[in-house]
Amino acid sequence: MATSETVFRPFRAVDAGRSDRSAGDRLRHRQKVRQSIRENIADIIAEESIIGKDRERIIKVPIRGIKEYRFVYGDNAPGVAQGAGDVERGQVIGKAEGSGQTGQDRAGDQPGVDYYETDVTLEELIEIMFEDLELPDLERKRLRELAAERTSRRKGYRQVGLRVRLDKRRTVRAKVKRRLASRHVPDHPRDDRGRFPFHQDDLTYRHVVTDLKRESNAVVLCIMDTSGSMDTMKKYLARSFFFLLYQFLVTRYQNVEIVFIAHHTQAREVTEEEFFHRGESGGTFISSGYQKALEVIAARYHPSLWNIYAFHCSDGDNFDSDNQLALRSARELAEICNLFGYGEIKPLGSRYYETSMLNIFRRLEADNFQTVLIERKEDVWPSFRAFLAKERQTAS
Amino acid sequence: MATVYDIKVLGEWDARIREQVQAFGLDCFPQEFELCDHNQMLGYMAYSGMPSHYPHWSYGKAYEKLKTLYDYGVSGLPYEMVINANPALAYLMRDNSLLLQILTIAHVYGHNDFFKNNFNFRSTRPEFTLGSFKAHGSRVRAYIEDPSIGIERVEHLLDAAHAVSLQCRRNLAVRKRTAEEERQQVLEAAQPPDDPFQSIHRRRAYVEPDLRRVPLVPDADLLLFIRDHNRYLGDWEKDLLTIVHEEAQYFIPQIETKIMNEGWATYWHKRILDNLRLPAEMQLEFIVRHNQVVRPFPQGLNPYHVGLRLWEDLRRRYDEPTSEEAEALGPTRPTGTQQLFEVREADRDVSFLRRHLTETLMRELHLFAYEPKGEDIVITKVPDKDGWRDVKETLLKNVGMRGIPVIHVQDADYNHTRTLYLVHAHDGRDLHLEYAEKTLSYLHRLWQHDVALETVVNGRRSLLVFTDRGFSSKALK
Repeated sequence: MATSETVFRPFRAVDAGRSDRSAGDRLRHRQKVRQSIRENIADIIAEESIIGKDRERIIKVPIRGIKEYRFVYGDNAPGVAQGAGDVERGQVIGKAEGSGQTGQDRAGDQPGVDYYETDVTLEELIEIMFEDLELPDLERKRLRELAAERTSRRKGYRQVGLRVRLDKRRTVRAKVKRRLASRHVPDHPRDDRGRFPFHQDDLTYRHVVTDLKRESNAVVLCIMDTSGSMDTMKKYLARSFFFLLYQFLVTRYQNVEIVFIAHHTQAREVTEEEFFHRGESGGTFISSGYQKALEVIAARYHPSLWNIYAFHCSDGDNFDSDNQLALRSARELAEICNLFGYGEIKPLGSRYYETSMLNIFRRLEADNFQTVLIERKEDVWPSFRAFLAKERQTAS
Repeated sequence: MATVYDIKVLGEWDARIREQVQAFGLDCFPQEFELCDHNQMLGYMAYSGMPSHYPHWSYGKAYEKLKTLYDYGVSGLPYEMVINANPALAYLMRDNSLLLQILTIAHVYGHNDFFKNNFNFRSTRPEFTLGSFKAHGSRVRAYIEDPSIGIERVEHLLDAAHAVSLQCRRNLAVRKRTAEEERQQVLEAAQPPDDPFQSIHRRRAYVEPDLRRVPLVPDADLLLFIRDHNRYLGDWEKDLLTIVHEEAQYFIPQIETKIMNEGWATYWHKRILDNLRLPAEMQLEFIVRHNQVVRPFPQGLNPYHVGLRLWEDLRRRYDEPTSEEAEALGPTRPTGTQQLFEVREADRDVSFLRRHLTETLMRELHLFAYEPKGEDIVITKVPDKDGWRDVKETLLKNVGMRGIPVIHVQDADYNHTRTLYLVHAHDGRDLHLEYAEKTLSYLHRLWQHDVALETVVNGRRSLLVFTDRGFSSKALK
């Protein structure tokens, strides 16, 4: 035994208060978790279960990328453990990988233990998602510019102004006051009919200031081809896209309305339920959907009051005879919309023998028109980003 | 918290405990205790007990994990946390009852003695422990604050270095050979062996060894090898690799002696407390606490329990052997205590279990070997007459550093392409492929060029390669 005395250092509350030494590392770790979610957002978004959930809903998101990898033994490595009592050969003591972890004290790092899930609300997820969308300038302008509207507001009175804004009542009152004040002034000038005259100083004008008011109404026009060729998979992809668009606009505007337009050879406005679930048959006139959209806009959503976002999903299987009309209507739509997009949904492999509208819409040159090609669910997020991106790029 | 106590009371109990420590012949470093609250304890745990340590997000993660488990009551905090340093440093949680503090103090002296005397810890230089961890911390912080480096780059490198920090030499009591000694070794190995029948045998041709090869003999210290042979690394990067390597080396003896060390401390706290003549109330609490510590984990392996049973059995076999055992030991056997002290100095978990875990004891501990079969984990061997050797072999393969795959650098310039060629010494256990792939990507980051790892996958010799284009694997002939 060493000769020197054992030292006891007392507890000091001051040190304890200061001792949150891991705060910095915890912060870094949390940033990592967030970053990991962001990097995997395309996969997470592609999960069917998320689409259509309400925003308060908590979602489990598997966290990857912050595992601490090392060289470890894999599944075929046997281990030794203690039983509670007698054990027999062949007895099953747990499940491989995941539940029923055995050998908690096996040396080395256990893969799998490091893997965990975190709970995020859809709200947070969307926030992370859109945080990642570095909104390009043009797009930001497009979001805001139309959001501003001129209105006028009365603000006090002036003695100069436009004749139309003359406040007669106040002018007369000013004159009456002046006349009363001048009672004792002899020989006050009168007009030729003996009346007390108006003076320049009596004239009172309403002062009006113009006001920039942010208009925060937006409408999302979801236009979808519901012809016979649109199967469930295609509709699901379209739905994911509309979902993102809607969620995105909800974060940007106070009041977002959504209009569903389904079309085959004719178009009609439908409910959400009908939009996604009711299959129809027949051919396709894309122009019909656009015409319907224009009608709806004319009737209810005047472009001076509403920010209009229109997106159309189709498999591109349009009747040739309709192509010119479709292009024309698309041009019209592009003129009044903030953003107008066309998404061609062609699950992998099918695009080589089907007709495509992408080539035709390539001829439509408007800054706020964008075409995207969606082949599988992983494409939805990149396509969405492309849709909002500044430069116009034709889908490859 | 039945008993109110203060530092003075703790000091009095400590004096009584130290009397026992001395009487039993334990040989300790000077000891320091620090009282802390549970938040500080969580903080110490996240940083392996070190009062100062370099920052890295993984410690934040460790903290969150510990805190979550603690907050939800899944796991309590350890009663004791002691650092292998001279003087040894241990923490006492101030919310613990007096009995727990006494138990902890006694337990800590057991660890202290073990740190000072076990041969594995000779390499750790305990008098510099706290200082060097602190110096590491300030160096890493300086790199983070350096505007030309910054936290992103430091983390980028530390993430990679942590992944292979335990890929290093295991027996640190054996000195690492110098370059010159390695050269001599290669030259000697190239000489044909002495042949007593030279006159009738044809003389074997002398094959000149390739002395330009790097490394001359396979090298297990991956981080140091990369530090010394990747000339594209900057000084700060080399320093970070050194820091990570040194910290890993410091902890290897603890990994290698987990069962022995915990068993030893538990054995002594029991003997010390049994001799303290505690008041009845405390004695009862002691029995409860002690049994909590040494209860077996069903389907796990509690090092406190296994270790304690081994030490107790060892003493019994020398002090009160059965007639068979006495015969086996011979007439001039050491006393139990002598034997204990000898073993605590000269063994590590692997040799400790190999030499002292008997067939009977294995059965008493209800040990069994398991293996994954399809979906399930199935018990494959139990310690009966046929199975006990196999169970023991499997156990030995999993204790200490043997739970970590052995990987050597074979060639730093494979095929003259500056590819780092590594070989995994396969012992029947395959690597976890996803982990291997990710770890190779970290090695690629450190080596800054292609990395190849030779291993065995499902019985086939395979080469896992990580290049600029990513991961690939192919079967070797």
